Amino acid sequence: MEKIIDCRNITKSYANGSVEPTQVLKGITFSVARGEFVAIMGPSGSGKSTLMHILGALDTPTSGDYFLDGKNVAGLSEDELADVRMEKIGFVFQSFNLLPRTTVLRNVALPLIYAGISKEQRVKIAEKALRDSAFPEAAWQYHSNQISGGMMQRVAIARSLVNDPAMILADEPTGNLDSKTGDVVLHTFQALNADHGKTIVLITHEQYVAEHADRIIHILDGNIVKDEKNPHKLVARNEKNIAP
Amino acid sequence: MKFNDLIEEVYNAITVNKVRSGLTMLGIVIGIASVIAMVAIGQGTQATVQANIQSLGANLLMVMPGAARSFGTSVSAGFGSAETLTPDDATALAALPNVAAVAPEISGRYQAVYGSENTNTTVMGTVPAYLQVRNVQVDQGSFFTATDVTNSNRVAVIGPNVLSELFATPTNASPTPDMAIGKNILIKGNIFTVIGVTVAKGGSGFASQDNNIYVPLTAAQHYLVGSMGYVSEIDIEVQAEQAMSTVEQAATSLLLERHGISDPTQADFNIVNQADIVSAVSATTGTFTTLLASIAAISLLVGGIGIMNMMLTTVTERTREIGLRKAIGAKERDITLQFLGESLALTFSGGVLGVLLGWGIALGMAYFASTATQVSLGSVILAFGVSALIGIAFGYYPARRAAKMNPIEALRYE
Ligand SMILES: Nc1ncnc2c1ncn2[C@@H]1O[C@H](COP(=O)(O)OP(=O)(O)OP(=O)(O)O)[C@@H](O)[C@H]1O
Ligand SMILES: [Mg+2]
Repeated sequence: MEKIIDCRNITKSYANGSVEPTQVLKGITFSVARGEFVAIMGPSGSGKSTLMHILGALDTPTSGDYFLDGKNVAGLSEDELADVRMEKIGFVFQSFNLLPRTTVLRNVALPLIYAGISKEQRVKIAEKALRDSAFPEAAWQYHSNQISGGMMQRVAIARSLVNDPAMILADEPTGNLDSKTGDVVLHTFQALNADHGKTIVLITHEQYVAEHADRIIHILDGNIVKDEKNPHKLVARNEKNIAP
Repeated sequence: MKFNDLIEEVYNAITVNKVRSGLTMLGIVIGIASVIAMVAIGQGTQATVQANIQSLGANLLMVMPGAARSFGTSVSAGFGSAETLTPDDATALAALPNVAAVAPEISGRYQAVYGSENTNTTVMGTVPAYLQVRNVQVDQGSFFTATDVTNSNRVAVIGPNVLSELFATPTNASPTPDMAIGKNILIKGNIFTVIGVTVAKGGSGFASQDNNIYVPLTAAQHYLVGSMGYVSEIDIEVQAEQAMSTVEQAATSLLLERHGISDPTQADFNIVNQADIVSAVSATTGTFTTLLASIAAISLLVGGIGIMNMMLTTVTERTREIGLRKAIGAKERDITLQFLGESLALTFSGGVLGVLLGWGIALGMAYFASTATQVSLGSVILAFGVSALIGIAFGYYPARRAAKMNPIEALRYE
């Protein structure tokens, strides 16, 4: 099967002043096929977010090769990386990163500005993404700082969908949600994966959340310690009545 | 990123923090407004002074007695009192080619009396050609004629200021010309009959002819000066501006020859060209304008630094936003354009408001303080150009700083 992610012996170090550079990733090798739903698990500080940034072409590895959709990311310029991110990747950041004092709808439509899509189209696409993410329509015109943490998370998910990416990278997308709302988000991811063939890489602490994926990768101290198929994949229920 | 999207992003970013944007813009508004107003005052003053000089008469050459000197140097001893120019010189000058009219003059300050009122003012003995040469018009009555000059008739034409000085009564502070015409006044004890009043020319000091009393040249020589031999100034009106220097040269050689002087540096007269006065005065008022404009330019510079300061603060504050925009596909160019757009929008709208305010100040000065002001298109265009330039110059560095940010570090920024 075609590999969308192909990491070969990736390391990432951060220089910390006079001290030896801390190696956060210590030789990660794995690949993800197009259309796979993968969960990455690991304790806090194990390097999950760092790996996600490299997978999302936001950062480049210190050593090793990363082929994204067959293309080596190491050789790309800043602007080429920006194009790769815009075309292929949808991010859901651990800390949402919404624009403050800006409406939900504008936040969701923001990536489309850089894709050069017209305003009417942007609004349509953003509205659909918000519906797919189970975001209550009544709050579309709210400012992003007037909504709850759970709602912010869904805005972040909706935003990751608008550019119709081949791959969605989600860092703790259910971290702030109650189990019911969390299920809605997981259902959205499963639907995107099953119905639209999107590759999904989901980072989580929780075993329950990870069990919605096809495959679970465990990271510990910058190494992959376990990488296996999920034997009993859970299917998220799609609760229609979610409290906003 | 499309242009109209860029505009929208810029608009949103600026309106999110209205107070701060407004205050930053105020710096530019004040800077531009003061440039516009200051230059308007400077140029208005320049125009007024030039108009005053022009009102002395067009294409004018003034021949003064005394040693040659250039206009603007200190007055040499005995200036104007040397007795080297004669009425015959004037007659000879009138015969030169390209000369439209010549008016010999003799003037002095004398006491003029009517009834219980009196004033000490300039009495000018001259000929009817003076009207044309010095651009003087008679309001009511008439000017004296060549016959009056030939016969040394004691008639006088008075300026409007003299009219109000001499003919004001306790019940009427602003007398009309017909109250004076036909009346006899005493000048240095001699009776002169008022036959006309000149039109007010305005202006003050240097340019004002409204304080003058005009009498026939011969009458002034006979009754006031007591000598028929000399005049204190000869004014020449040249037919066309292009002929000014030719006539000036011809007049110089003619007078040198008539006075029997072979060395031009020893000339006992000097000729002042009206254009020389205009350029000397223009140089002074030009310096004045430059001075005002540079003071204003400093405030504009301070406004520009305010813009840069705000943009740098904004870039720091919005580090996470910049990181996010880059993460979702913004290129360096998009970020640069957005921040440059924000600073340009601030300076440009500041520029528009500044021009309007400056214009308002200029009009206000003209209306309430009766200072002549002149808002020139040039200064408006310059102000816009400068404000746009400030936007680019002071916005570029912060914008580049934003664009160069590493998206990961920007997203981690607290
Ligand atoms: N820019 C940086 N400079 C120095 N060290 C860094 C930097 N970014 C991350 N690290 C270090 O790398 C390690 C892994 O960080 P990372 O954010 O990837 O952890 P994580 O697995 O996502 O943890 P969490 O579950 O808490 O989000 C941490 O010890 C962190 O201190
Ligand atoms: Mg993390």
